[in-house]
Amino acid sequence: MEVTVASPAGTARDGIPGRTPRRRRSLTLGALVACLVLAAGLSIAFGARTLPPAAVLDALVSPDGSEADLIVRSLRAPRTLIGILAGLALGAGGALMQGHTRNPIADPGLLGVNQGAAFAIVLAIVVFGVRDLYGFVWFGFAGALLAAVVVFLLGSVGGRGSTPVTLALAGAAISALLYGLISAIVLGNREGMELFRFWHVGSIAGRDFAVAGQIAPFVVLGLVLALVNTPGLNTLSLGEDVATSLGQDLRRTRVLGVLAITLLVGAAVAACGPIAFLGLIVPHIARAVTGPDYRWLVPSAALLGAILLLCADVVGRLVSGDRLEVGIVLAVLGAPVFIHLVRRRGLVRL
Amino acid sequence: MSAVRDSGPAPGRKVLRAGPAAWTFRPRVVAVPLVGAALLVVVAAVNIGKGSSYIEPLDVLRTLLGGGDRRETGIIFDLRLPRTLAGVLVGAAFGLAGAIFQTIARNPLASPDILGITWGAGVGAVGVIVVGGYRGQVSGAAAELGVPLAALVGGLVAGLLLYALSWRRGIDGYRMVLVGIGLSAIGYNIVYWLLTVGDVDDAARATTWIVGNLADVGWEAVGPVALALAVLVPVTLVGAHTLGGLQFGDDTARGLGIRVDAARGGLLLLAAALAAVATAAAGPITFVALATPQIALRLARTAQPPLAGSMVLGALLTVGADLTLRLTAPALPVGVLTAILGAPYLIYLFVRSRREVRA
Amino acid sequence: MTRLRAEGVRLGYGERVVVDDLDLDVLDGSVTVIIGPNGCGKSTLLRALGRLLRPKAGAVLLDGKRIDRLPTREVARVVGLLPQAPSAPEGLTVADLVSRGRHPHQSWYRQWSGGDEEAVRSALAMTGMDVHAGRVVDELSGGQRQRAWISMTLAQDTSMLLLDEPITYLDLAHQVDVLDLVRRLHTERGTTVVMVLHDLNLAARYADTLVAMRDGRVVARGAPGDVLTEQLLSDVFDLDAKVLPDPVSGTPLVVPVSAHLRPDPS
Repeated sequence: MEVTVASPAGTARDGIPGRTPRRRRSLTLGALVACLVLAAGLSIAFGARTLPPAAVLDALVSPDGSEADLIVRSLRAPRTLIGILAGLALGAGGALMQGHTRNPIADPGLLGVNQGAAFAIVLAIVVFGVRDLYGFVWFGFAGALLAAVVVFLLGSVGGRGSTPVTLALAGAAISALLYGLISAIVLGNREGMELFRFWHVGSIAGRDFAVAGQIAPFVVLGLVLALVNTPGLNTLSLGEDVATSLGQDLRRTRVLGVLAITLLVGAAVAACGPIAFLGLIVPHIARAVTGPDYRWLVPSAALLGAILLLCADVVGRLVSGDRLEVGIVLAVLGAPVFIHLVRRRGLVRL
Repeated sequence: MSAVRDSGPAPGRKVLRAGPAAWTFRPRVVAVPLVGAALLVVVAAVNIGKGSSYIEPLDVLRTLLGGGDRRETGIIFDLRLPRTLAGVLVGAAFGLAGAIFQTIARNPLASPDILGITWGAGVGAVGVIVVGGYRGQVSGAAAELGVPLAALVGGLVAGLLLYALSWRRGIDGYRMVLVGIGLSAIGYNIVYWLLTVGDVDDAARATTWIVGNLADVGWEAVGPVALALAVLVPVTLVGAHTLGGLQFGDDTARGLGIRVDAARGGLLLLAAALAAVATAAAGPITFVALATPQIALRLARTAQPPLAGSMVLGALLTVGADLTLRLTAPALPVGVLTAILGAPYLIYLFVRSRREVRA
Repeated sequence: MTRLRAEGVRLGYGERVVVDDLDLDVLDGSVTVIIGPNGCGKSTLLRALGRLLRPKAGAVLLDGKRIDRLPTREVARVVGLLPQAPSAPEGLTVADLVSRGRHPHQSWYRQWSGGDEEAVRSALAMTGMDVHAGRVVDELSGGQRQRAWISMTLAQDTSMLLLDEPITYLDLAHQVDVLDLVRRLHTERGTTVVMVLHDLNLAARYADTLVAMRDGRVVARGAPGDVLTEQLLSDVFDLDAKVLPDPVSGTPLVVPVSAHLRPDPS
């Protein structure tokens, strides 16, 4: 944060000088929405197969059953939609997770959601013989939900509620436990290994509109809950004592937050596999853009998540002819940027 | 002055005097590694005795102390000992590395996993397994040496990167964790991508390596680990007396006369080397480095992970998991069970400790 | 008149009981200062009064109702509390911090009203923080930061204010500054104030009622002149001290007798 001198820009609407102007933040959000539209356009226009822009446009506006139609309408469009949903979910989920744990290294996967989904999908493959993606989504979602609830309950046993440290430890312990079980099952089952290793690398390719339809309601509900949760997060960021004396019901705020995180991240991981890194870095970028007010931070993080996910996916398609999954591209491109940020800007205390 | 001299040691501590030397210690901090070590001896003896021809634990101990007959001596020293010894050494190394990382970072989640060292080693090892498999079989010696060597190089490179990238007018614990997360994200994703590149059998072999495996460890792997630990552990333990000061934050530590940056940087490199060497020998045995310092801390009721306790419990968890697995599902690698055994125990411990506070 | 009172409360953390069977009435429209040696349970009592700590026995009553059974938001419109050494997230401006004090008056359909704005403005003006409104909290000096936090509780617009050691870490000029502010708040707004303070002389000067605690019990309460006696200082603080009239305010002035100045008995 640069030194903010009492801003003379405070207009009549912004009333008090020094309060971060609403208009600037609205502009930021507007710009992010525009970027997202642009990214979605790129994701539909570019791919492993080069199509002339006219063909892409034709396919969108007046489909005539050509090959371009097939590529655009049944491959790129659903892929883009899934990317948007998952990106929104992971971005918002990450911001909520870091806010609730007041820990800038908290990842939405911390609740055990990733391994919970993975475990349920392994069970689906090995025990129930599920082979298709639609089935995976339901199992993955159920597993994510269950793991998150268990982690949250364990983290809050005995106390007034879960504290960041117990939540993080419970999440790590449950994740490790599930990972052990997954390895045990997969190592003894060739076919399970075959399916699982591909699911385990996060990807938004090869999913159709039906998968998007499966997760969309949960993502929307999760986003609504996340936005409702933001004023509570703002008071929580002043410390639990201050939050309580400001009349915040800590338990309810926490439960609401965990519910939102679970819905968001569970839906994303069920549809795309674990794309963990995104939820970790996006809130940091969003915070640099909007400042520490969660009412703006959460929507910005959601939009940024979708933008980054789509861009990384397009890069992967262009560079490798679609042989690099988006999770890998994100990590290989995003991690150096993240490390650079950490080194240059110093650390954010939440 | 007299008041100071007369007052006993701080409550909860005892003083051990030998001539002019005096150490303070807390009984639980000493009891945890002692009891752990006793248990470790028993578990190790049973583990060594187990095999195609069973040897009584007591005979194992007698043989180890030099009193066994020729046949038992042969079996134990040539065949059985490397596996258990590797478990002890590797587990201890992970426990110690985890304890140091968690103390430097002042974050219970800091483990070689989170910090990227494990995944650096993973890129090396899985790369050799998968690429080797791709281009026909790597010949015997190369395969035997190639995987641990690649893992060692990968782990050390990750450790050096972690050090270099975290260094900015000193090492800050928080920055170290953040940089480590970035590194591990890269490593992790490359490893899982490599798994999709090779064929399914290579993927299975690689997965076995990723969770950590003691079954194929022979003397040729134990030797280097033992040597590395023999050098690194004493240096670390000597260097670690500064850890108590480091946990209070930089300014307090400087006030206590600790050269904070040097101490933290040096300890980071040592812990990274410990983790890399251990990973090279047996793979990144899941969860040991994260869990045992936390378990030791709760058992010893200290504010930060006790080093000796973490080492002993790391060894105990690893060998115990190995033994349990050999009794129940011998085909699986040990890392599968360290998590399955360690996680519920850690959960039980902190549920209980919270209950006590609450009650 | 008392709106806030503790009745036979037992307070503690885990197994440890810090305060047992304690009664306290907080007189409306007065400034009450709690004093006592370290670890006597002052802060614990204050936390209980602010419903941050639930009593193991007994109850804290607000307007005759148990405070922990009232909706927390409703309580927050009546009682404000500033804990010791609160921490703000990085990058938060003073104005944004103070605005968050309006939380109990807001809801999801009414996020920012004219009343909010007025309250924040006057809170900033009252503490003199209006000139620093655009600065980031972590860049302020200790005294400014404390005033920023007090502004936040002022914006909360409560008729009662609980302050836990509000002048710790401040130099003497800033200590007086903050306490003058508290006193002004009391005269201008009629706010009921309960504070925990360590400085006995300042406590005597700014309090209407002093409450002296030791080992979780109230040893004495009343006007500063009645409470702060040489006998009490010896009983509560094990302190050998002379009590003189303060030349400025006439309230008791505690002058400790240090060990090396004491006449040698031998």
